[in-house]
Amino acid sequence: MDQLILLSLVALGLPLLVFLLVIFNQRALADRAHLIALPAMAFSSALACYVAWIKVRTPGLLAIEWSADWIRFGNVPGLGPLVIRHSILLDNMTAILLVVVTGVSLLVHVFSIGYMRKDTRYARYFAFLGLFTFAMLGVVLAGNLFQLYMFWELVGFSSYSLIAHWYERHGPQYASKKAFIVNRIGDAFFFIGILLLFSEFRTFEFREIFGYIEQGLPLSFSMLGLAPETTLTIAGLLIFCGAVAKSAQFPLHVWLPDAMEGPTPVSALIHAATMVAAGVYLMARLFPILTGNAMLIVALTGAFTSVLAATIAITQRDIKRVLAYSTVSQLGLMIMSIGSGAVAAGFFHLVTHAVFKACLFLGAGSVIHAMHRALHDLHDHETDAQDIHNMGGLFRRMPVTGWTYLVATLAITGLPLTAGFLSKDEILAGSMAYGGLQQGIALAIPWIGLAVTLLTALYMWRQVFLVFFGNPARPAVQEKIRESPYVMTVPLVALAVFCVWFWFGRNPLSAEHGWFLSKWVKTPASVVPPQTAPPFRPAGYVPPPQEFASQPFGAAITPPQEGAHVWELPPMPHQVALERARVANTGMAEGAALGSALAGFLFAFVLFVWRPSWSASLRRAFRPFYNASQRGWYLDAIYDFIVVDTVMLTARVTAWFDRRILDGFVNLAARATVLLAHITGWFDKYVIDGIVTLTGATVQFLGLMARSVQTGRVQTYLAWVVAAVVVALVVLRFALFHS
Amino acid sequence: MPLFDIFFYLFAAAIVASAAVVCFSRNIVHAAFSLLFTFFGIAGIYVLLAADFLAISQVLIYVGGILVLIVFGVMLTNRVTNIDLRSALKSRIPALVICLALLCLLGSFLVEGHWMKFDQMPWSRSPWNKDAIEQATHAVQGTPREILDHQGSQGTAMALGTLLLTDYLLPFELVSVVLLVALIGAAMIARKETFLLAKHNRPEGSR
Amino acid sequence: MNYIPVGLTHFLVLSAVLLVLGIFTMLTRRNAIAVLMGIELILNAANINFVAFTRYGAINLGGQAIALFVIVMAACEAAVALAIVLNLFKRQGSINVRQADQLRD
Repeated sequence: MDQLILLSLVALGLPLLVFLLVIFNQRALADRAHLIALPAMAFSSALACYVAWIKVRTPGLLAIEWSADWIRFGNVPGLGPLVIRHSILLDNMTAILLVVVTGVSLLVHVFSIGYMRKDTRYARYFAFLGLFTFAMLGVVLAGNLFQLYMFWELVGFSSYSLIAHWYERHGPQYASKKAFIVNRIGDAFFFIGILLLFSEFRTFEFREIFGYIEQGLPLSFSMLGLAPETTLTIAGLLIFCGAVAKSAQFPLHVWLPDAMEGPTPVSALIHAATMVAAGVYLMARLFPILTGNAMLIVALTGAFTSVLAATIAITQRDIKRVLAYSTVSQLGLMIMSIGSGAVAAGFFHLVTHAVFKACLFLGAGSVIHAMHRALHDLHDHETDAQDIHNMGGLFRRMPVTGWTYLVATLAITGLPLTAGFLSKDEILAGSMAYGGLQQGIALAIPWIGLAVTLLTALYMWRQVFLVFFGNPARPAVQEKIRESPYVMTVPLVALAVFCVWFWFGRNPLSAEHGWFLSKWVKTPASVVPPQTAPPFRPAGYVPPPQEFASQPFGAAITPPQEGAHVWELPPMPHQVALERARVANTGMAEGAALGSALAGFLFAFVLFVWRPSWSASLRRAFRPFYNASQRGWYLDAIYDFIVVDTVMLTARVTAWFDRRILDGFVNLAARATVLLAHITGWFDKYVIDGIVTLTGATVQFLGLMARSVQTGRVQTYLAWVVAAVVVALVVLRFALFHS
Repeated sequence: MPLFDIFFYLFAAAIVASAAVVCFSRNIVHAAFSLLFTFFGIAGIYVLLAADFLAISQVLIYVGGILVLIVFGVMLTNRVTNIDLRSALKSRIPALVICLALLCLLGSFLVEGHWMKFDQMPWSRSPWNKDAIEQATHAVQGTPREILDHQGSQGTAMALGTLLLTDYLLPFELVSVVLLVALIGAAMIARKETFLLAKHNRPEGSR
Repeated sequence: MNYIPVGLTHFLVLSAVLLVLGIFTMLTRRNAIAVLMGIELILNAANINFVAFTRYGAINLGGQAIALFVIVMAACEAAVALAIVLNLFKRQGSINVRQADQLRD
């Protein structure tokens, strides 16, 4: 086994060890749980850094794979040998995510020591943080779909447990159930997609699936009699359903804002930086099998989600809900980027977003913590500690939190010198290239991207102005606010440091030649058949001879050779075209993005600092839109109406049916049984017992008679014997002899 | 009337008469002595049936052994008060009826019955009876008288002895064991009872 | 009435008479020793049968052998029975079999 695989397995196992150690010793550990969790996470993080450093520094090392047989089904008749494996796939994407997951997790652990202090379930909290980290690393390291799915569900479960950390309250209960159920919906489709691929290729391994599809689709690869190409599209979209649920894409995004009921560090780790990025990671991993149609649908879904969430985020009052919708919006951008073929850009944004969104969430946690303390000191239990309209002017009271929040805001709005600027530009450039080549409805995608950039700047600066600047809404509260302790500010600073451009490339204005995009992560080559790829080709592209192009269809497929690397395939023609168009569009994208970000900043400045009354009049003028936006465009209500009410109505009808009809039958049967029991009881008492009594009496009577015979005298007995012999002889004499 | 028949009727009359005395006599001592004549008569019958060894055995064992035993028993237990131990007439009538019925039935069987040869028995064809049939058919043919005639006047003693130590060895041994057991048992019963009685009759206060 | 020479049937009838007399003795006598005598009569009746069949049948000397065994068994029986009778006499002072009715209990 490769040394790197071994080390990454150790990094994977440590959080599980923490979970097991802590969950079974909750009482004993109590307030000291972090003494176990923190060193383990630090070690795991260090290992991940080492693995990633070696991995990305070794040129030509595309992917390290390791697998061990898990379930051997033997030689299944009609299918051939069937084996499910444990497998680990370690490429640059995995290595970088290892660092991100363990790093953010470590910082969140540190932050939680301060934030969760004196919590009643402190140990349980750290245990589930460990479980989550384990599951997330498992998702990242998984080398086949089945393993990925298992860790995927485990991620969902630990998210559920952490949202429900304060399960005494109604809100977390409801939110955790909602998150779990909504995720289940997506996961069901995801699993169908996995099984659809498995039913044809008899394997879950990424490498083998890609290899099979690269060789051409067999004719039997079809669902419900559809053509193989359509089935491939459907398989891709079914797997995308899993990403839709996990990464909170429309229409399954509704769980994420409610998940903010959990502790804020959990929101930072799970619902901003890592878990919700799992869907993006999944799509980046499975990008090679996405067909042109699937890509278009993915891109449109991401774009729509992104603009929808951004419009909702503008009007939210809760500091965490703003960030939650912001997360949905940014995830939409990443999905959009992957759909439009710029996988590397989307992944880049995933990494940078993980950093600055974690920073923002932890900053919000710091603010909420401070607000709670202040309100507690004032004995004020009415005021909502998370409402941004109750804050204001906190910058001076909390300088470290304020500065880091500012840096992260600069990053998310995409201003130069930040990492967010680089990644957002790449996404916009990619979407411009895709829209320009694909034409049709895809033309809207870059415009949506720009609109989202503007809206992002608007809602983020609105939040910053309302929270940190301007006049304090509650001067009494503001007076009491103090900076958070070091365990909370140190992670903020660390994350803020990673928000700058330097970590991803030398040039602060373009990531094009930075090491992240030019060396570390490349868009994987698509393996779909040429007919199903997006229709555009690079200029001067000469299609191969017809017979060659049509050859893979329906041809017998041989299993991919052992060690044949689908990771080294050259990009397909449409990818080349996209790449060229993207490079050409980079400058324009940068300008447009910067312009819209500045415009958003100006809007926010005007509305919330320079002329606050304008925002009020705007709100009055567009009252219906404002209300709708604040309630998430009534999607929750619609879901309640369509899904929840329908289910409840069905339940009520079946309950009525159950109670009235089925119970009626049961009661009738019971009554009939009782009646029958009475009849049989009577029969038993008077007839059966009568017979028994009669038998007994008869026997007693006969016994009395026979008793007189028993004299105890041997001679009498002998007389009976002789008499019996006489009788027998009489019978013999007269019955047998003369017959 | 041949001499054989005369002797038969003579012995038969003696037997029946003495047995009747045994049966109906009031005096137990009379009964015991008439039993002597019965046994002698039966020995005579054996002689008539060419069973010379058996006749001798009858005289020796029955007359010399059993009868003496009975007489001792009578003498040991007899008292003047219980000379008449006969049951009342009321209880004798059912016994009489039963015995007469039995006698009539047996007599009718014997007089009217047809005797079959062994290999004509209805069960003779059954497979498990094969050995018995074979033994019977291959046995030395002829009645004891013919055998006696054939052997001169050597008597049956030798043939019977051979038979006892060959074909009837197992019953012979069993009988000898039973005899031993009975002798020891009889001795034990007599002794044990006196022992127990002695124990039982101890004075009350001596415990 | 023509004369019937003495044959098997005569011996068997004699045996039957002896048997019935023995049974009657057993049934009616109250003296235990008389009952014992009845038993001896019955055994002798059986012996006559055996020997007669030996004489007139085709069963070799087997009948005589059996009769010999019966005589031996009778000796055993007499010994044991007399021992019992003596015990009975010692226990209840008489040998009236009507008094020996413990079997009822």
